[in-house]
Amino acid sequence: MAIRATTVSASDSVPDSASDSAIESARTSSASAQTPPATDATAATGWVEVRDLWKRYDDHQVLKGVSVSANEHEVISLIGSSGSGKSTLLRCINLLEIPERGEVFVAGERLPFGEPREAGDKRPRKINNWKNVYRLRANLAMVFQSFNLWSHRTILENITEAPIHVLGRPRREVEEEAHALLKRVGIADKAGVYPSALSGGQQQRAAIARALAMHPKAMLFDEPTSALDPELVGEVLSVMRELADEGRTMLVVTHEMDFAREVSDKVIFLHQGQIAEAGTPAQVFDSPQSEAAQKFLSNTRIARK
Amino acid sequence: MSNLADFWDNVREQASVSVCEAVTFATPELFDRGCERLIEGAIVTIGLLVVSCLAGFCIAVPLSLARAFGAPWLSRTAWAYTYLFRGTPLLIQLWLIYFGVGSLGKDLLGPVWWLLGDAERVGLLVLTLNTSAYVAEILRGGFVNVPADQREAAMASGMSPFLTLRRVLFPQALRIAWPAYGNEIILLLKGSALVSTITVLDLMGQLRTLFSRSYALDLFLYGAVLYLILVLIVTGLLRGIERLWIRAS
Repeated sequence: MAIRATTVSASDSVPDSASDSAIESARTSSASAQTPPATDATAATGWVEVRDLWKRYDDHQVLKGVSVSANEHEVISLIGSSGSGKSTLLRCINLLEIPERGEVFVAGERLPFGEPREAGDKRPRKINNWKNVYRLRANLAMVFQSFNLWSHRTILENITEAPIHVLGRPRREVEEEAHALLKRVGIADKAGVYPSALSGGQQQRAAIARALAMHPKAMLFDEPTSALDPELVGEVLSVMRELADEGRTMLVVTHEMDFAREVSDKVIFLHQGQIAEAGTPAQVFDSPQSEAAQKFLSNTRIARK
Repeated sequence: MSNLADFWDNVREQASVSVCEAVTFATPELFDRGCERLIEGAIVTIGLLVVSCLAGFCIAVPLSLARAFGAPWLSRTAWAYTYLFRGTPLLIQLWLIYFGVGSLGKDLLGPVWWLLGDAERVGLLVLTLNTSAYVAEILRGGFVNVPADQREAAMASGMSPFLTLRRVLFPQALRIAWPAYGNEIILLLKGSALVSTITVLDLMGQLRTLFSRSYALDLFLYGAVLYLILVLIVTGLLRGIERLWIRAS
């Protein structure tokens, strides 16, 4: 419990001087959430919201009570050194990892966890209704670090697979849309080829098209450019920029600090499984309050010079 | 049931007659004398192979899933099954079931007699069980070697475990396992010759019958050539399937 008391949640750490309208709305909307305890299963305040997430692998406690709230059309960047828990946090949102404690809300719907475990119980939370989990995952498209395109299907089939077989949409309509999406991410001529024939940047753009074909309520990006050759990073980031500009709700785990600064509405710095710093890009990058964030940011700046 | 058996007998007879007529201009006299029996035997071998392959595959899929993803007790049970059938000679399996269990007789075995009282059915049963054990291990290797990210992408797009299995894991596991699976089918084809020891008149059974009448060793040479032709057909089919359906990926 001592650890929990020191935990800084995203909404708590928004400074009073917030002039940015996005932050302002996040603040006012989260004001009502300050009274009930963090594990309470009351309605969500954000479009995508996690509350008091605890996740361990065996004896390693990766997340120690993390809360994040993203409003609709908001882009949130999650930064931090490796092992800080940012990828785990993302994977807990669509339950690829199941936390021991915490709540997850997407578009006002609470993920169907069973009764919370006792404090100190190491087992993952029970899931009451897996069908709801599948539906929520379909609403939260994920883009992976290593693309994860299905190697036995063509690029077009990769994109149409889940809309047809998960959402049950008609094939013709989905295929038309898939071609449009491929055109949009700049690989219209690759529809019929297999993923292995594409460059990393092209594969990642195809993976983004695959995510968009689900008409997601929010998109999760797990270090989408970390596996790319430096000269291919730009093409993926520019697609992501466009998505942000058109008002998509995005949670992005990234090491691209310039991207995080330019595109995000909110930046969250994770350190040892807790939120050490959160705010507008200007606040986090220009005047970080915590020592961990100061150190991390100065290191990344040195690394770039 | 008897209609099917009659049909099967007809196919064997007519096919062997017409094949032998077609090849007789090029084949040695000794072969011509046994030709119809040999071709009939080859057709029985093909029948045994096709049915035991299909049935064995159907048994192997759940077994391999139990081995790859099942709870410990389930995985161990499936392992015991594969260990039993891979760890004992096919010949012993055939003899124990046909001469051993089969000797309990019609009255004791009841409805099971339908299966165990007929040499061809016992041959089919044992070949099926035997190959299912091998194919289960081959498929398990396929499932285990599908990269984890493929499954994750499926889960993240909202697929249920069954859909993930059907649309992503199974097709990929089969692609990984395909070369080893093809190998197993060829081994099974040749292993099927052992059913001749329980009186089935497959290609080997017909060879032995003809040999016991003439003691002409050339017969086994012709038999070997016929097996080679069968293997060639199987290999061609496997490659055709691979090219059509597995494609480059």
